[in-house]
Amino acid sequence: MPSRIVLVTGVGGELGGKLLARLGNNPDFQRVIGVDTVPPAPHVAARMGRAEFVRADIRNPLIAKIIAASEVDTVVHASTTAHPAGPARRTAVKEMNVIGTMRLLAACQRSPLVRKLVVKSTAAVYGTDARSPAVFDEDAPLRPPSAQGFVADAVEVENYVRGLQRRRPDIAVTVVRFTNLIGPQVDTVTTRYFALPVVPTILGYDARIQLLHAADALSVLELAAVEDKPGVFNVGGDGVLTLSQAIRQAGRVELPLPKAMLPSIGRMLRGARLVDFSPDRIQLLQHGLVVDTTKVKREFGFVPRWSTQEAFDDYVQGRGLRPVVDGGAMTESLSRVAFAAARRM
Amino acid sequence: MADQDPALGVVRGGGAAQARTAGAAQVIPLPGRSGRHATPAGDRCDAEVADVVAMPTAAGRAGRSDHVDADEESVPAQLKRALDFVRDRLTGDYDVDEFGFDAQLTEALVLPALRVLYDKWFRVTTSGAENLPATGGALLVFNHSGTLPLDALMAAVAVHDASGRHARHLAADLVFKLPFVGPFARKAGYTLACNPDAERLLSGGELVGVFPEGFKGIGKPFSSRYKLQRFGRGGFVSAALRTRVPIVPCAIVGAEEIYPKIADLKPLARLLGLPYFPITPFFPLFGPLGAIPLPTKWHIEFGEPVRTDRMTEDADDPMAVFTLADQVRETIQQMLYARLAQRKSIFRG
Repeated sequence: MPSRIVLVTGVGGELGGKLLARLGNNPDFQRVIGVDTVPPAPHVAARMGRAEFVRADIRNPLIAKIIAASEVDTVVHASTTAHPAGPARRTAVKEMNVIGTMRLLAACQRSPLVRKLVVKSTAAVYGTDARSPAVFDEDAPLRPPSAQGFVADAVEVENYVRGLQRRRPDIAVTVVRFTNLIGPQVDTVTTRYFALPVVPTILGYDARIQLLHAADALSVLELAAVEDKPGVFNVGGDGVLTLSQAIRQAGRVELPLPKAMLPSIGRMLRGARLVDFSPDRIQLLQHGLVVDTTKVKREFGFVPRWSTQEAFDDYVQGRGLRPVVDGGAMTESLSRVAFAAARRM
Repeated sequence: MADQDPALGVVRGGGAAQARTAGAAQVIPLPGRSGRHATPAGDRCDAEVADVVAMPTAAGRAGRSDHVDADEESVPAQLKRALDFVRDRLTGDYDVDEFGFDAQLTEALVLPALRVLYDKWFRVTTSGAENLPATGGALLVFNHSGTLPLDALMAAVAVHDASGRHARHLAADLVFKLPFVGPFARKAGYTLACNPDAERLLSGGELVGVFPEGFKGIGKPFSSRYKLQRFGRGGFVSAALRTRVPIVPCAIVGAEEIYPKIADLKPLARLLGLPYFPITPFFPLFGPLGAIPLPTKWHIEFGEPVRTDRMTEDADDPMAVFTLADQVRETIQQMLYARLAQRKSIFRG
């Protein structure tokens, strides 16, 4: 039975808002409802099609009423954020992620009409250290890097989702684990990090990073909402970059710092409201995290349109990042000198 | 990675010597973003041996400056290549695979540096290059020794020279814990010794090198040189059985004498978080000088492959896995004994 009435959470965010617009213009759906505490951005709201926005907090019991009264059969939970873009208040984000999800899932469990749930999660749930395999597949155990961070919350959210699945086996649950989102319009910790003129890294480590273009993330969420594909899926662009490589491509200055200094630098950056530099991020920057995406390719028939490299290029160009150091120009002048010297010999 | 292999097979078909003199001369590398994917591994390191024609392309990425122009006819090709390399590194214009392997860096810097040690210090000779498959995955099983993993580094050079392909060794988690060493190891093609990584590499058609003796092997005392230690839990065998790739037993002779470990300071090792703290006749007595390996003469032999594609053994049957692991271990032990019996001198071979 295809989905008819769909509810999307987190439409105030970039990704949730665009998803609402996509689904709102999809004739397969009878009704598309977006909920959040803030309305979608104006440029999204203008292209929302038949979609409706309801100002509601998923932590409020009202959400259960909306789900029951509008006979929602598909819920897309896109409001979880594992890596808030800027320094956010830890408790507020945790409240939204964990308590919000609990409330939403409770409402789903209560409503007999709900038969599909799509949850956006993060690939960071695998945790990563020197003992991790280079590439994680969906069966890898979830080991959050710290007991307190946002990633731990994401693991908690996934546990609640599994709980719901157990209690309501008739609901088809799709969990998508995204790698770091990137794109010209995306505001995440990753995009802010590479926009810093001097990028702090961990001395002696060079992580592999895998990026997912926001457009591809959107396509996957849309596919998951339209089709029934229960299961857990890693989603990320093909290929990897190393951190130092990405920094050089963006023309930034790499500043390797001893690991012990990073927490204080992180606090400073947080204080300056530039970028969040949590222990979770530090772990990612130390060991890197790459996921296997064969399952989503096989079962969704989805091939990311942007590889990690292309997504990063698009970000650099779309953001209009002017190189702080220009490696190309440096080589030009070096080669001019070298050629001149070679000719003289 | 796998799509490069047929090309390599053509170029390197006749083994190391032929490929490096005759074959490589026809290789025309096309530096640049578009050409890089198709460029067979190994041509950069052969640059000193064969006359490689560099053809800079104008296929630079949009928004990036192009390669050093071809109008500089008078400039030697090597200088051009070096500048291209510097430019690629400075602009981040190179490829890294999902394990973090940086083929460009490995070919341009790592292997040439190791080859000096390989040719001049240890004077490594090899045999059995024909046992390395030209294409497809294979699991190479080596004996391990030497206090510092120089044998793994030399084995990587040997495999590359013998087959034109990169050895993708599996290493202990300690390697990836260490700053500088960890990322460097990833760039040079190493990854963590665990079944998911091994199976992913093997099914991707790579030559995977394992040292199943692990720390027991590399830290073995001088008195038990060339006596193979227990082969871990045999995980390497199950990886090969699952991916149906041949297992190639390989023996390294010479490496077990480079640092004669006569004692082990266990408390100090524990304090430093190391598996052992070696005492050799020269270390720590002569300080850093004691870290210079003895110039023993090495020989690396690639043995007859054990084919697993027709085996009926189940990778989940521990008994079958242990039996096969023991069989491989026994083969390598015999290869070592045979070679040692021929050897007349530790330093002159």
